[in-house]
Amino acid sequence: MSTATLDAPASTNGKPLENLETVVIRFCGDSGDGIQSIGGHMTNASAMFGNDVRTFPDFPAEIRAPAGSLFGVSGYQLCFSNHDVFTPGDAVDTLVAMNPAALKTNIADLKRGGTLIVNEEEFNKSGLQKASYEANPLDDENLMAKFRVHKVPMTRLNRDAVEGLGLSLKNADLCRNFFALGLVYWLYDRDPKPTEDNIRTKFAKKPDVVEANLRALRAGMNYGFSTESFTVHYHVPPAKLPAGKYRKITGNEAVAMGLATMAKLSGKTVVFSGYPITPASDILHDLSTFKHFGVKTFQAEDEIAAMSACVGAAFAGELAVTASSGPGICLKGEAMGLGMMTELPMVIIDVQRGGPSTGLPTKTEQSDLLLAMYGRNGESPLPIVAASGPGDCFSLIQEAFRIATEFMCPVIFLSDGYIANGAEPWQIPNVADLPRLKIEHITSVNGENGEYLPYKRNEKLARPWAKPGTKGLEHRIGGIEKKDVTGNIDYSPKNHQHMTNTRAQKVANIANFIPEQTVDGPASGKLLVISWGGTYGAVRTAVQQAQTAGKSVAHTHLRYMNPFPRNLGTILKSYEKVLVPELNCGQLRMLLRNQFLVDAQGYNKVEGKPFLVNELVNVINEFHG
Amino acid sequence: MSVDMPTLPTLQSKDFASDQEVRWCPRCGDYSILAQMKKVLPTLGIPKEKFCFVSGIGCSSRFPYYVNTYGLHSIHGRAPAVATGVKLANPELQVWVITGDGDALSIGGNHFLHAIRRNIDMKIILFNNQIYGLTKGQYSPTSPVGKKSKSTPYGSIDHPLTPLSVAIGAEATFVARSVDVDIKHLTMVLERAAHHKGTAFVEVYQDCNVFNQGAFSYATDKETRSDSIVYLEHGKPLIFGKNREKGIRVAEGNRVEIVQLGGDVKEDDLLFHDEKTPEPSLAFLLSRMRHPEFPEPMGIFRAVERSTYDESVTKQVEAARAKLGEGDVEKLLNSGDTWFVN
Repeated sequence: MSTATLDAPASTNGKPLENLETVVIRFCGDSGDGIQSIGGHMTNASAMFGNDVRTFPDFPAEIRAPAGSLFGVSGYQLCFSNHDVFTPGDAVDTLVAMNPAALKTNIADLKRGGTLIVNEEEFNKSGLQKASYEANPLDDENLMAKFRVHKVPMTRLNRDAVEGLGLSLKNADLCRNFFALGLVYWLYDRDPKPTEDNIRTKFAKKPDVVEANLRALRAGMNYGFSTESFTVHYHVPPAKLPAGKYRKITGNEAVAMGLATMAKLSGKTVVFSGYPITPASDILHDLSTFKHFGVKTFQAEDEIAAMSACVGAAFAGELAVTASSGPGICLKGEAMGLGMMTELPMVIIDVQRGGPSTGLPTKTEQSDLLLAMYGRNGESPLPIVAASGPGDCFSLIQEAFRIATEFMCPVIFLSDGYIANGAEPWQIPNVADLPRLKIEHITSVNGENGEYLPYKRNEKLARPWAKPGTKGLEHRIGGIEKKDVTGNIDYSPKNHQHMTNTRAQKVANIANFIPEQTVDGPASGKLLVISWGGTYGAVRTAVQQAQTAGKSVAHTHLRYMNPFPRNLGTILKSYEKVLVPELNCGQLRMLLRNQFLVDAQGYNKVEGKPFLVNELVNVINEFHG
Repeated sequence: MSVDMPTLPTLQSKDFASDQEVRWCPRCGDYSILAQMKKVLPTLGIPKEKFCFVSGIGCSSRFPYYVNTYGLHSIHGRAPAVATGVKLANPELQVWVITGDGDALSIGGNHFLHAIRRNIDMKIILFNNQIYGLTKGQYSPTSPVGKKSKSTPYGSIDHPLTPLSVAIGAEATFVARSVDVDIKHLTMVLERAAHHKGTAFVEVYQDCNVFNQGAFSYATDKETRSDSIVYLEHGKPLIFGKNREKGIRVAEGNRVEIVQLGGDVKEDDLLFHDEKTPEPSLAFLLSRMRHPEFPEPMGIFRAVERSTYDESVTKQVEAARAKLGEGDVEKLLNSGDTWFVN
């Protein structure tokens, strides 16, 4: 662990150092090129320097796709700024392409006049062929004239840098990513120290690897410093973020840390059961290192078992949670219904990805909202919350458990691939200020005749939670319809109607115990833009831009998807038009129209990518008129 | 009665009777299993509230409603997975899974295998009636080839599974078989299962007198049973027959054969049962003895010790605490690279 304070701008190394406000940079190369690694380092270096950052890792589903192939290209986009930013940026200022395939698949996003850094040695016959280039694009004067191009013989320079360490050529080439990173560090005036420290720690057992990576990083920096190709470099001053201590956090990390924190502060055991699935697996990985917080992890044989174990753990009286993505959530549906019927508290995390079926495992989408709402047999409403960004996952996962335990029901927590893998600076909260989950297990009988009545409800319609092992509260429950109060099997018509209504009413009542919805912008006017989940940053930025341009537009972002906050209907009716941008084909829009009879219009995209701010600004302008 | 019995609440069979009306068909084999279970539970020295019965779907899976302790009637095939969650969350409970041939071996085959291979401390009692009873008479994964049922009017063409072979294949540490009407034997087997640490798997031949009456009559009828079953006793030879005149001997080629005792064949030549041998081949060989070619073994096929999953989970938590100390939220939130904004 290292802690940095903000430095003054570094020396200019003899070349002009220009100040910039915001930079968007994208690294791209083969999925085996270490792109995600250097993207992470650049993010850390920028965040620790004090910039606000947002990231967008974008990688193929194949672990090692054939080298040089178009579908094997892995990318990592990072926006860093001297003011708060909410998205990883639209157009790219600097593109680092490690091979022709990376150039081909990414060049369209590079701004005209942007900086292009390529490893020119990979633009050989074989590399061009694999990328289906008929001619070398670096020789295309028309294309190259649009950008500031730096053709760098990275392979050779890197091999020279690590010479004498006894590395094979193959292993030497594995350091090329750090050479590229060094060059970018020079270009954007980044302090290499945190990266160097990290390399030393990560490869502590392999001194030659440490030395090689350090040399490659330095060689890249020196290359920028000494060659004439780079005449200027840039400085992005720190952002004015709220004062405090920060760290970088991804959505999956925040979920795991939130759960470990909750286990410790509530004194309860968190039982996590899961089955490996992209992009949710990191939650299982992280939690399996948090055993000393009172976390038990169970890698089940399948998604169904993971959900079933969750129901079992909840029945046994601990904090049960499972995480998956769309295909897994489909499999969990029946056992989620059991959790609902037995009215036990648990949280089901859905890190959404492109669907249907296997779909786009590594790409983001918001298309499981209706699955979360309706994806079970029978009348089975469940509360749903949706995180708005990586840091939000930390508190919202705990809020999901508050709802689950207070109302005795499963709660669905929606995240997505973009939130799960994307990173942002996160202000570390004070432990003393964190909410404490209050759990009260019933300890003695609640019936007038000295019996335990498992379905005798409180004012919130929640039933008591008896922990097996408690004397006198022995009881039997299950998935068959039960008689209210006693919990005994009861198939009678009136009882089923009553229980169905009660379960629905219980969930609907939660609206009285969550915050009211707030609006950024005018309380009434021409256009309301309403968003949910991972699109928060892009929608917020776009609306702010439209507001600055004088449009009568407001933004509201939902974290509570079921039930909706109780004032949402009033808000929706305070604007002439309602626009719902979503990374699906109109799922929230459908719910809003259905519940509030409002003529909400959609802007929908399912390309596996987040919204760009510009496209949303255009849509807002179009709707606003 | 021994003088040094621990002072535990003295429970009786009736303490485990719930207030629910039992809804199985009259004369169903399930009644007997329930009765023996209620007999065994009070003898275990475990307070009533420390038991948890988990079941799936099917006639047998109604069982938890009729036992006055904690019970969860879950969904089809998932009982072992649900029970795994119960045991992980609360290792102090004695967890019983009640399942049937369709529940455990068809829709829930995967969970059945994985619970067994993990050796999580739970008892799985499979009521095998070779038929789907609750859905009114379709053939099951243990029905014999040719079985005529509602869904196989021309006879089943599926090859059946032998539940014990499957469990042994998954390296079960405790495997046993009994039959619903053999009250004493069933009680003994349930008792042994209850005392086993790890997954204890018991197959109980159970008569579905509505949809598959007499499926196991060879093993229960006075006339035939002594020739159709052989009782397994640890350290003893496998002898059967009305006059204990027949035995089981290991033959060449990794198989067993029936031999007549007397003459050249002495008891010492027979197969001696060893339930404790770590190698599962013997238990597997015994599980392959099927009626009518062989008498079917009844009793404990295998009872070996291996670390249990729930114990290992607890140990890892303890080890993590010993190594890293009690989890510190402050430290956790401040881990990794951090920086200050003034």
